[in-house]
Amino acid sequence: MKLLQLPPATLHRQLAGPGIWLRTGPFSLRVQSGIPSIAEGLAQLYGQFEVRNPHEAFADFHVTINPSKGWRRWFRRQINFTLDGIPSFKPLPYDQAFPMLEWGLNWCVSTQAHQYLIIHAAVVEKNGLAAILPAPPGSGKSTLAAALMLSGWRLLSDELTLVDRKTGLIHPLPRPVSLRNQSIDTIRAYSPLAVINRESRDTLKGMVAHLRPLRDSVQRQHEPARPGWIIFPKWTAGSDTAMVPRSKSQTFMFLAQNAFNYSHLGAEGFRVGTALTEQTPCYDFQYSRLDEAVAAFDRLAATPSTGQNGN
Amino acid sequence: MRAPSDLVSRVFRTPDAIRRFSIGDWDSLVSQARQAGLLARMHHMLQQNGLAATIPSVARWHFDAAATLSDKRQIELRGEVQQIRAALARLDFPLIVLNCAADVMADLPAARGRLFSDIDFLVPRAQLAQVESALALAGWYTVGLPDYDQHYYHRWMLEITPMQHVRHATVIDVHHAILPESARYHPDSAKLRNRAVAVQGLPGVAVLAPEDRVLHAATQLFHNSELAHGLLDLSDIDLLLRKASTETAFWMQLLARAEEMHLSRPLFYALRYAKHFFATPVPDEVDSSLLSAAPHGVILNLMDCIFTRALAPAHPGCEDTFTPLARSAAKLHAHLRRRPQRLLIPHLFHKAFISSYQRDPKPA
Repeated sequence: MKLLQLPPATLHRQLAGPGIWLRTGPFSLRVQSGIPSIAEGLAQLYGQFEVRNPHEAFADFHVTINPSKGWRRWFRRQINFTLDGIPSFKPLPYDQAFPMLEWGLNWCVSTQAHQYLIIHAAVVEKNGLAAILPAPPGSGKSTLAAALMLSGWRLLSDELTLVDRKTGLIHPLPRPVSLRNQSIDTIRAYSPLAVINRESRDTLKGMVAHLRPLRDSVQRQHEPARPGWIIFPKWTAGSDTAMVPRSKSQTFMFLAQNAFNYSHLGAEGFRVGTALTEQTPCYDFQYSRLDEAVAAFDRLAATPSTGQNGN
Repeated sequence: MRAPSDLVSRVFRTPDAIRRFSIGDWDSLVSQARQAGLLARMHHMLQQNGLAATIPSVARWHFDAAATLSDKRQIELRGEVQQIRAALARLDFPLIVLNCAADVMADLPAARGRLFSDIDFLVPRAQLAQVESALALAGWYTVGLPDYDQHYYHRWMLEITPMQHVRHATVIDVHHAILPESARYHPDSAKLRNRAVAVQGLPGVAVLAPEDRVLHAATQLFHNSELAHGLLDLSDIDLLLRKASTETAFWMQLLARAEEMHLSRPLFYALRYAKHFFATPVPDEVDSSLLSAAPHGVILNLMDCIFTRALAPAHPGCEDTFTPLARSAAKLHAHLRRRPQRLLIPHLFHKAFISSYQRDPKPA
């Protein structure tokens, strides 16, 4: 059953009671929350995801997101995220409940799922090949991933690239794409397909809203993809679009430093990381206009990959 | 005593029970074992019992991922102990590794599936300054602590302030005793050092004798105010006992040693709750000779109420109405055993009203 098939009242009631069971990519969640903005956010953004009765299914992560107790119930209300009933972070302002759920879920995956090498990167797919977009925060990787998804690429993830340690394939985790500040309006204007939920203001990352993953990305969330390209996007105001080959050793170093669990995996992390960079062409990509950027990616997807650039 | 209600200890007591687990049981088990820090050890135990294939496929990655982490930490830890040894090479005494690091170095069953953070070791008090400066030269620095804490550590505690290496995350704790000087009985650590056992193949590294390891683990468990991983620590004791008791003389040595160091009471509790949660095999004679170390019946009932709750996994599924109270009581019990009231009250006052104010300065 899909989440959108639950009547809103039932969704609110189940979420506030035993919680709902949800599948996202390889992971199952049990989410419990009495906060209306969580129910609204789930209804708006998670409609295509599979739900089940929480009493009948195994859940990888049991999370709750609820108002803090004590005087904070009345004054400057706050919310708490828990995993297995244990608070995992400092409380955040009440208005930030939905972003906190998304960040909390990313945290659950990145601290537990060591069957993958988990790289901090957005990742999209076309013709069976994945474009991995690692980049420091603020370089516009989520915005670019959002635009690519809205232009016919399949979204695998906007934050967590899951590289299977055994096969080297990338496993999708197509949850909502986190957009910040001006990117929210940019993406809204970019495509009529964009469905974005209510903004949360004044978060640590500024204003934050989430973009709904398209149906195709969610329906194919169990279909892994072969790494095709590793592309470091950099949004620079007024710049021309340019894709230039990048050194493989530098790329490897960056990935190792930006993988959540590289150090936990030891020699295995090194093996998976080097295998990934050796077989995949690496590029630096500069852009300022989204439509040109998407056209450059489409051209790349149309040319057969050789895997032989850089050193 | 009220029977343990958590699934984690149930699986350790009767591993075969998992054959009849529903998917809902697995759901609770993974969640409880993760919070107890026992996923990796349980994986290992199930493998040894030929039951690993019984884990349903949806739950399996949780065990594998925890085992990956624990294996990696053991390799790292061996390397770090050798680095510490090298840093202290010029000092004329063996490096006695304590706790989980000792289990790893001595390749004991208690090392398996353990996720640890700190490396603890024991050195003579007279050599503390030398040790501290040798470690500083090799790149370990004292973790920044407020002045009050630094002072308290040096005056009353069993260790110097924790040190961390500039390039590793692992924190090392240099101990000169196994109980703080402020505790009612604080065993002479020379006695422990004299019986330490050299680690084969690693010159200059030693671990405590088997009975001392058990006593150390027991005292730590009941003197430690942080019981977040109480079940994990109790599981260490269970594994230490199972391994050591293969030697016939072990139990007699353990009892004699506990008597000698005035540690029969913590040993009594450790055996009592290890049997309760892990069904640790303890000979009847040992139980009856420890009876003299038991507290009065009323107190014992109270302690049972506290520790059967406080040692269960910190998970909502293992808690009842009294669990929060029991955890606070266990904390207070640990504080009282560590220091007399004339120290405890000013110490808690400082922690509550002065340290918390100093540590959280309001931005101007």
